[in-house]
Amino acid sequence: MPVVEAKGLKKYYDGVKAVDDLDLVIEEGEIYGLLGPNGAGKTTTILILLGLTEPTAGEVRVLGHDPAREPLQVKRVTGYLPENLGFYEDLSARENLLYTAYLNRIPEREARKRVAEVLELVGLAEVADRRVGTFSRGMKQRLGIADVLLKEPRFVILDEPTSGIDPEGAVQILDMIVRLRDERGMTILLSSHLLHQVQRICDRMGIIHQGKLVAQGTLGELGAVVEEGQRLFEVRASRVDEGLLEALRGIEGVVGVEHEGDLIRVRATAEVRPRIARAVIEAGADLLELKGHTYTLEEIYLRYFQG
Amino acid sequence: MSAVFWKELADHLGSKRFVIFFFLILIVGGASTYLAAQALSGTQQGAEFIYLRLFTVSGGGLPSFLGFLAFFGPLIGVVLGFDAINSEFNRGTVSRVLAQPIYRDWWINGKFLAGITALAIAVASIILIIVGLGLYILGFPPDGAEISRTAMFFVISVVYLGFWLSLGILFSIVFRQTATSALASIAVWLFFTLFLYMLAGLIADQVAPIKPGVGADVFAKHESIRDLILRFSPVALYEEATTAILIPSYRGLGIAALLQEATIPTSPLPLGQSLLIVWPQLVGLVALTSVCFAISYVIFMRREIRST
Repeated sequence: MPVVEAKGLKKYYDGVKAVDDLDLVIEEGEIYGLLGPNGAGKTTTILILLGLTEPTAGEVRVLGHDPAREPLQVKRVTGYLPENLGFYEDLSARENLLYTAYLNRIPEREARKRVAEVLELVGLAEVADRRVGTFSRGMKQRLGIADVLLKEPRFVILDEPTSGIDPEGAVQILDMIVRLRDERGMTILLSSHLLHQVQRICDRMGIIHQGKLVAQGTLGELGAVVEEGQRLFEVRASRVDEGLLEALRGIEGVVGVEHEGDLIRVRATAEVRPRIARAVIEAGADLLELKGHTYTLEEIYLRYFQG
Repeated sequence: MSAVFWKELADHLGSKRFVIFFFLILIVGGASTYLAAQALSGTQQGAEFIYLRLFTVSGGGLPSFLGFLAFFGPLIGVVLGFDAINSEFNRGTVSRVLAQPIYRDWWINGKFLAGITALAIAVASIILIIVGLGLYILGFPPDGAEISRTAMFFVISVVYLGFWLSLGILFSIVFRQTATSALASIAVWLFFTLFLYMLAGLIADQVAPIKPGVGADVFAKHESIRDLILRFSPVALYEEATTAILIPSYRGLGIAALLQEATIPTSPLPLGQSLLIVWPQLVGLVALTSVCFAISYVIFMRREIRST
């Protein structure tokens, strides 16, 4: 059973489509990245999954439950780290977490034990009894993750977990997320617009644009979609002249050749690397470098939003 | 729900605003009772319901404790409620709390119960202090009837403050800004404590003007119109209800009682009979509180929980 199954999800605000006919499936044990510019509908989708807002139309199942009708069953096993995270500033970190534990009906003794554990896990054990009002943004974010882990969820939703955090803190948080999947087998849904981070840790990702899921899959799958059946090869030769370019254009399967200094980009519909190598040698030049280009998430993403 | 209740109660009892208001009532209530006790001292034991008169008699220019509670009590109720929900939105705690497995109404109910418990603690301690002060000044203990009527007075007061608390919570749901909901609460408070009295008089004057030489029926109509309008005010309901409880000989409201004063016996009624007189007022207060709750539920249950 998939952890999340959404079909034809729609959410309109006064006729404005925030989420428009969105289908989403998240499998057990994966880290799924939801990408998109601000206002694309990422947070709205997440709120629907948690039953914090009702969809205008469509079907949602989270671990087999409908969040609009059985919110408690969903929330019992789902942890949520909101984008604008807030704590009771007058209470200490420990008191804030204890409150969450009591709301989850965890008994007193067990609650205290678990709070100490998760504070240790996120590295806040030493400041556990300090008022949250004195915490930095990064500390609050880590406390938020501790708050999510307290109820030992099967499914965790993190909305922009690294926004506004310095690079070092962001790396810590990302490592923690990967550990949650590896050590505790949690399924994680992550929304972000920080692409290199998503690329680093996500198993699959979906690109959301104007409320629609325009593409989803692994990085390789997304890249293949962008390529539209074509592959890009980068060639570096010691000498670039018209003769060489002409020879490259003549190779069967090549649909485009362009160059920039000594870097030649060859676009082809098949594997043409051996023939490129031969063409370069035959043209009397030395082959310095020849590689297939792999798309970064950033390139894929920009292709979607420019094209 | 108990988790919400205990946290909110701890927040209330530790909050500066609660402490400030508690001492404000304590000081003014204590002063008005002291002056009332001065006016009453010299009364001998056995004089009727002397302890109850501590609450209703005014002396030295200060209003009675009852009048004071009717006027300023709402402010305390509202102050405990006006930022109950919207401050959670503003702090961003709402998403975190409602992502936990609790029903939304538990959250409102827990907050309301915590608020009303804090209010009950405050009112109970102030009443006990006043009775203690009376004991010291008057020099004899209250009897059973006085104790039961004081307890009844306590219950009605808590219900009354509970209405204002629920109004504050309602505004904290309706308005996103705490300042707006505070102002709206104060506006309603002023409307019911000051303007509605003027308005009721004004409308009654228009509908049934009292001129020299008009008959008793016009008088009666004038009064009943005024009463009808005032019955919409929780302040008036509270004043009527507590008057009947604290003044045992009080038999009725409005013009009928006034006109027949000469023919009605002035002996005190038993508590049960007094309660019977004010039953409609009590039900009215509870109904107003329920209406606030119903509106709160309807708005909050379907609201989107997005911290901004």
